[in-house]
Amino acid sequence: MTHIYSTAAQMSAALAAKEVSSVDLTKEHLARIAQVDTDVHAFLYVDKEGALAQAEAADKLRAAGGAISPLAGVPLALKDVLAQKGIPTTCGSKMLENWRPPYDSTVVTKLKAAGVVILGKTNMDEFAMGSSTENSAYGPTHNPWDLDRIPGGSGGGSAAALAAFEAPLAIGTDTGGSIRQPAAVTGTVGVKPTYGGVSRYGLVAFSSSLDQAGPCARTVLDTALLHEVIAGYDERDSTSINQAVPDVVAAAKRQEVKGMKIGVVKELGGDGFQAGVSQRFQEALEILVANGAEIVEVSCPNFEYALAAYYLIAPSEASSNLARFDSMRYGIRVGDDGTVGAEEVMRATRHLGFGPEVKRRIILGTYALSSGYYDAYYGSAQKVRTLIKRDYEKAFESVDVLVSPTCPTTAFKIGEKSDDPLAMYLNDIATIPVNMAGIGGMSLPCGLAPEDNLPVGFQIMSPVMQDDRMYRVGGTLEAALVSKWGQPLLSAETKLAVK
Amino acid sequence: MSMNYDAAVAAYEPTLGLEVHVELNTKSKMFCSCSTEFGAEPNTQTCPVCLGLPGSLPVVNGKAIESSILIGLALNCSIAPFSRFARKNYFYPDMPKNFQTSQYDEPICVDGYLDVEIETDEGPKKFRVEIERVHMEEDTGKSLHVGGSTGRIHGAEYSLLDYNRAGIPLVEIVTRIVPGTGKYAPQVARAYVTELRDILRSLGVSDVKMEQGSLRCDANVSIAPIGSGKLGTRSETKNVNSLRSVERAVSGEIERQANRLESGERIIQETRHFLEESGQTRPGRSKETAEDYRYFPEPDLVPVTPDADWIEELRKRIPEKPSIRRKRLQEEWNVPAKEMESMVNAELLDVVEETVKLGSDATRARSWWLGEVSRLANEKEVAPTSLITAAQVAEVIALIAGGELTDKLARQVVEGVINGEGTPREVIDKRGLKVVSDDSALMVAIEAAIAAQPDTAERIRGGNIPAAGALIGAVMKATGGQADAAKVRELLLKHLGQG
Ligand SMILES: [Zn+2]
Repeated sequence: MTHIYSTAAQMSAALAAKEVSSVDLTKEHLARIAQVDTDVHAFLYVDKEGALAQAEAADKLRAAGGAISPLAGVPLALKDVLAQKGIPTTCGSKMLENWRPPYDSTVVTKLKAAGVVILGKTNMDEFAMGSSTENSAYGPTHNPWDLDRIPGGSGGGSAAALAAFEAPLAIGTDTGGSIRQPAAVTGTVGVKPTYGGVSRYGLVAFSSSLDQAGPCARTVLDTALLHEVIAGYDERDSTSINQAVPDVVAAAKRQEVKGMKIGVVKELGGDGFQAGVSQRFQEALEILVANGAEIVEVSCPNFEYALAAYYLIAPSEASSNLARFDSMRYGIRVGDDGTVGAEEVMRATRHLGFGPEVKRRIILGTYALSSGYYDAYYGSAQKVRTLIKRDYEKAFESVDVLVSPTCPTTAFKIGEKSDDPLAMYLNDIATIPVNMAGIGGMSLPCGLAPEDNLPVGFQIMSPVMQDDRMYRVGGTLEAALVSKWGQPLLSAETKLAVK
Repeated sequence: MSMNYDAAVAAYEPTLGLEVHVELNTKSKMFCSCSTEFGAEPNTQTCPVCLGLPGSLPVVNGKAIESSILIGLALNCSIAPFSRFARKNYFYPDMPKNFQTSQYDEPICVDGYLDVEIETDEGPKKFRVEIERVHMEEDTGKSLHVGGSTGRIHGAEYSLLDYNRAGIPLVEIVTRIVPGTGKYAPQVARAYVTELRDILRSLGVSDVKMEQGSLRCDANVSIAPIGSGKLGTRSETKNVNSLRSVERAVSGEIERQANRLESGERIIQETRHFLEESGQTRPGRSKETAEDYRYFPEPDLVPVTPDADWIEELRKRIPEKPSIRRKRLQEEWNVPAKEMESMVNAELLDVVEETVKLGSDATRARSWWLGEVSRLANEKEVAPTSLITAAQVAEVIALIAGGELTDKLARQVVEGVINGEGTPREVIDKRGLKVVSDDSALMVAIEAAIAAQPDTAERIRGGNIPAAGALIGAVMKATGGQADAAKVRELLLKHLGQG
């Protein structure tokens, strides 16, 4: 019997009970990848040998009876934006084709230390810029629910790998919703921890002040188990928070919300949100009420400006972060025929190495930072950011968590919005404020929209370093929904497009 | 040139501004733990951080902050309770990230001053040089352009890059404009850099070697017709790497600018390079179309917020200002100013002071260190203080004073100590360098000399005292120079009835 449809927690238990070895579990997942990934294209690189070697090591450690972490031997898919020593790390860009980092990111170091088996690197929008994974230089990823639809982005590969049962765990990164939006449209769970909660060392930067790596899985508990492995202070990341990681695993297992005050953000719903999305969101709220939570409406008036401010701050930082890709030290090099100077080679390399969305944002950011425009653009955007933070602080004075639909719509069709960047940007309207304030955010499935039978995401937001709160609410909601449905949204019986 | 310096300053009022870059002597780089050791094989002192590899993050070196605060305190600055790093964005192959991490509008130290004194026609005069800011930044790598005639990137066949220097901590000390120096602008500039260098040395924060580039000075000079009350267009002269050059660069620039204005041309705002051989400057990059560096706060680093108590701790470590100390020592030792200067220039003031503290006479201490020890150090091309300690020199001086050594013998003792033959006492014993002070042993030599030159002895008996020189010389020769000449003279004259 295959284990691929199990949760990570179940796999962990099966490994502990010696019902299965990590090597066999890894082989099952590698076989699944071989079977479905031509259709899904979640992976950019599968590290078969490396994964099996890690699995064997985990089995040996277990056989030796040593102390072992709960996720030891469980396979995982890693977003291609995190450096893994010796393994291609492309960030979905032509620019870094075949670049193999000489070092491990802190997230990878922690995963390895916990004995987690890294299956390979997952597809993403180039340098994490996008909401559909269509901006990958290596072709789009397809949503396992409907192969003609996007799996979200930028971390579409990680989310699709989970939904297609190619891996029980995945790592994503979230700058404006790149973990939560893919989770929402693939019926999986994704968490953007508090900014500074997980080290950014080795995460190839898109927008340094917004980027945050986080855990992805098919259940809230699995997500919490992975969160526990990767979170914590890192002296190599100055912006990481030197505080104890909240007990997210206990919170995920708690399954009660009695007396909790849950705020519904007025500005993150209503007009512009798909009817089925709003409907499933409302139903989920009723379930929380039935479980003893109190629901109140709160207003965050400055969220209106979040998207505009985001599209100044993120491109500004990106224009500087991506300057290093100049062909001098690593990555591809174009036009160096010995007749032209370094500047020409840099220009030719960047012209060919970057895709249109990356170029658009570099130009946007370069403009916003230019002298004479800085105050009006970057400066104003930072002020908006402060106002958004204050909106959250004020809201959290009266509620424990805030909630909203994760996205305005379910998964759209591949190609549907690729000619309309603004329509694409609007998809992140509900996720972006979380990054702007540096707080925690989770998306978990709350059903299928009746009109298209595609997953709807429910977003929970918690204050800085109170990530346990969203796990508590998420765990409770998930349990109630699964019992209502009679099975998880994603299960062996789910009618996915990939069999 | 038609207008010489005197004519230039008779017609024009110069205005000065100085920017000094100091390489700190921290063991590790500004943002990573790589070594800062000078002269290693190219690219051996690098890591993902200082190579700017994708995903790497900087962490501020606490020691560099400490050094910067010490510098600020010694220059009477306010220490900012909150300062930040920014990114200075521009493309150049020797900049691994294509931005330099540097403090910009929020420097760590502001609003200080340094008083310098120069000799004027009316005697010594004090000038106050106001310090605008002291800020931290990282150095770039080094490029070597091979082929082509200019040694610059344009026209080179290929370029080699060494990133060992990339990320070495630099502190930049920027003055406000120094008005009112009149014709003494070059001397004020030199006095300022000299005083600054001495302060930095006394703080122990830098090697301050101008020839090796650990202290680099850029001189901003402008001129305006006397009495016009205006500021002229300034030029910035780089590559000034000795104290003498500072003075020459400023006077040369004043002269050049005056000649341009006299011939009806305007001054171009530009960077110029100082040419050591001619004392002239040649044009570099024009700054008329100012490059837009798109500065913005470095999101990968948290603000620098030094604790007030820590600053007070550091304040206690600020040593006496070198110029005040020099004045004090000059008075205590009663030495001419020239002598003080040569001790300072030879970097021997500290060790002479230490020798004096150990009981030596100041004049003798000075002459031993500047004379014999320096001569031997020159031969070996090392620093005098690396050859012998203050205590050893003090011991030798004490032995001379006690009559146990002559100057000539003492030189042999010093040589022995330097050759590693042991302490002064041990060298004396091993080499048998005792002054012959035993009267009977001397008498034997004296009688032998008299016997050899009976005529001379007779003349002395007859009252021709100066004739004694020949016999004393003979005795000294016979005793291998180990006799005390004064003692020989005394015994000889007494023996011949003239005592
Ligand atoms: Zn380094």
